[in-house]
Amino acid sequence: MSMQPVVIEARGVSKSFRLSVNKINSLKEMVTTFSQSEHKELRALRDVSFEVRRGEFFGIVGRNGSGKSTLLKVLASIYGADQGTVRMAGRLAPFIELGVGFNPELTARENVELNGVMMGLERREARGRLGAVLEFAELEEFVDMKLKNYSSGMLVRLAFSVMIQSDAEILLIDEVLAVGDAAFQQKCADVFHEMRDSDRTVILVTHDMGAVEHYCHRAMLLHDGEVRAVGDPGEVARKYLRLNFESAPSSGEDSLGEVADVVVEDAWLEDDSGARVTNVEKGRDLHFCAELEAKREVEGPTFGFTFANPDGVEVMGFGVPLGDLPERVVAGQKLRVRSRIENRLAPGRYIVRCWIHRNRNIADIVLYSPHVLDFVVFGKGEPGVAFFETEVRLELSDGREK
Amino acid sequence: MSAETQAPAALELREVRGPSAIGGGRRRFFDLLWLISATEFKKSFHGTAFGYLWSLVRPLMLFGVLLVVFTRIVRFGGDVANYPVMLLFNLVVFGLFQEGTGAAVSSVLAQEGIVRKTQFPRLVIPLSSVMVALFTMALNLVAVFGFILIYGVDPMWTWLLLPVILFLVFVLTCAVSLLLSALNVRFRDVAIIWTVAATVLLYATPIIYPIDFLEPSFLKDLLLANPLTLIFTQARAWIIDPAAPSAVTVAGGWLNMLPAITIYVATCILGVWVFKREAPKIAERL
Repeated sequence: MSMQPVVIEARGVSKSFRLSVNKINSLKEMVTTFSQSEHKELRALRDVSFEVRRGEFFGIVGRNGSGKSTLLKVLASIYGADQGTVRMAGRLAPFIELGVGFNPELTARENVELNGVMMGLERREARGRLGAVLEFAELEEFVDMKLKNYSSGMLVRLAFSVMIQSDAEILLIDEVLAVGDAAFQQKCADVFHEMRDSDRTVILVTHDMGAVEHYCHRAMLLHDGEVRAVGDPGEVARKYLRLNFESAPSSGEDSLGEVADVVVEDAWLEDDSGARVTNVEKGRDLHFCAELEAKREVEGPTFGFTFANPDGVEVMGFGVPLGDLPERVVAGQKLRVRSRIENRLAPGRYIVRCWIHRNRNIADIVLYSPHVLDFVVFGKGEPGVAFFETEVRLELSDGREK
Repeated sequence: MSAETQAPAALELREVRGPSAIGGGRRRFFDLLWLISATEFKKSFHGTAFGYLWSLVRPLMLFGVLLVVFTRIVRFGGDVANYPVMLLFNLVVFGLFQEGTGAAVSSVLAQEGIVRKTQFPRLVIPLSSVMVALFTMALNLVAVFGFILIYGVDPMWTWLLLPVILFLVFVLTCAVSLLLSALNVRFRDVAIIWTVAATVLLYATPIIYPIDFLEPSFLKDLLLANPLTLIFTQARAWIIDPAAPSAVTVAGGWLNMLPAITIYVATCILGVWVFKREAPKIAERL
């Protein structure tokens, strides 16, 4: 990757917004508030510099208000930078959100052309791409339907499809991974995988550390408009999570940010007799156990686990049932999770991930640990990531019965 | 840059200059302008049983009312040669200005999503509103010339000068649209003020009366400073009634046309300048 040429170069980019304390929206207000107009300066980006090379999948992470979206808008020429320069090589898809240019009164056919032109295609090119766009979106039958009659899932599929079928060399993507139904999400994941290995450069802004670690070659952490880290996605994801704990209002003295409010002390699998095991035979129940310790008080904690295969696909997930969840955990408190899980996993290696949230709110992450345990399910392989009890019969007839 | 990256083929980096009025290349600009204008124009006919007819009905209704008022009630229309067709022609051409600017003034606000989330040439937005008004007027003009012929006005060679009239109105409409749409982002009441101002302009322009009805007075001088006054006066001489005085005659010499010409040119410069200045900041102000 390092041998690839630089396609995006930001040097000392700064951007502030003047927020008027009382926003002036009319001539009368301007006259009456002229003398006392107050402004608050919000520095959204401070001296941001980075480089992205061709073919890189580059993640930008940060909390809400960290400047991620402003940076994306500066890159996309939606905002101008106050200071610094951004230079780019190659055609950029000018959207930062899916389906922005769609006109609900027009049909898919017309919208695909319009969107293609916005992407910088010639009209003929944009029309020529209609077939491929609709095929990927699986919307061929709805080509002449107005978009206002589309379901939201159909819209997202169309928008995503338009975006990837444009031959923009640089794509800016702001949180699109959590859209569409599961099947389409899988399709998007495939596309991202392809892009990861292609010459296309992708900048992905997201909160999903799993996606960052999974897709990105490199990532950058923004905090208060400043670059806090650039580099290995796993490292950046950890720093992001640490930052989250740091700034979370916590009472602990040792808030160096090195320790999460709740940590996973231990995690293991047991067999039916209660002995620890690392491998499980296909079809045998899984007994997953974990020991957690609260380092600080956490209100309304929730605990979730997923099993992911080596491709990063989360095959299944489970959480501590609502009825068992405490109102709060206090510092020093130990928690033990014990589970019995019907094992339908296809043979292979699995990685256990753990999520802990506070306030019963999945957006409020206390801990995300991408790897608390791995184990192997052994047995005869079958296609798919899971297997199910099946009854299959074959009936032969000579075709002359009637 | 290329030296320090040691890449086998360092690519030439172009500076990203941020949003602008035209941004993203000339071809993309015109493609977008055409596509958006055409679809908006088509859209204005969809969903109504009579489609295009409705766009003709609006000026026709106004025309009907004014015709009755000024030939049956106030009764000055009778003294003006070809008064009904003059009225109809003027209303349709003024429609370009009134509808173009009226739609453009809030257009940038209405397209908030596009402006805030895509790199979109800002200029396309107000201009496409003007284009829709232009298409509508072009269709209506076909009907108007039908009426003119039926009414008994003989075709004249000066009809060939119609594009000059339309061009002048079109350019002014664009300039005012740019100015208003940019200002409306800052001050949301510009759109409201403009609906009143446009109505005032309808009466401050010789649309329903010819300018030579006015005695020399301060009011007449004021009207003569309105660029549209000269345009519509000249149009009457060229299209409706060859005996009508030309713009120069009405103004009383070239020199007296200077205020109107100055205002016309100044409006154009101001419109472009203000829009260009505001364009990079529009996304932040919305």
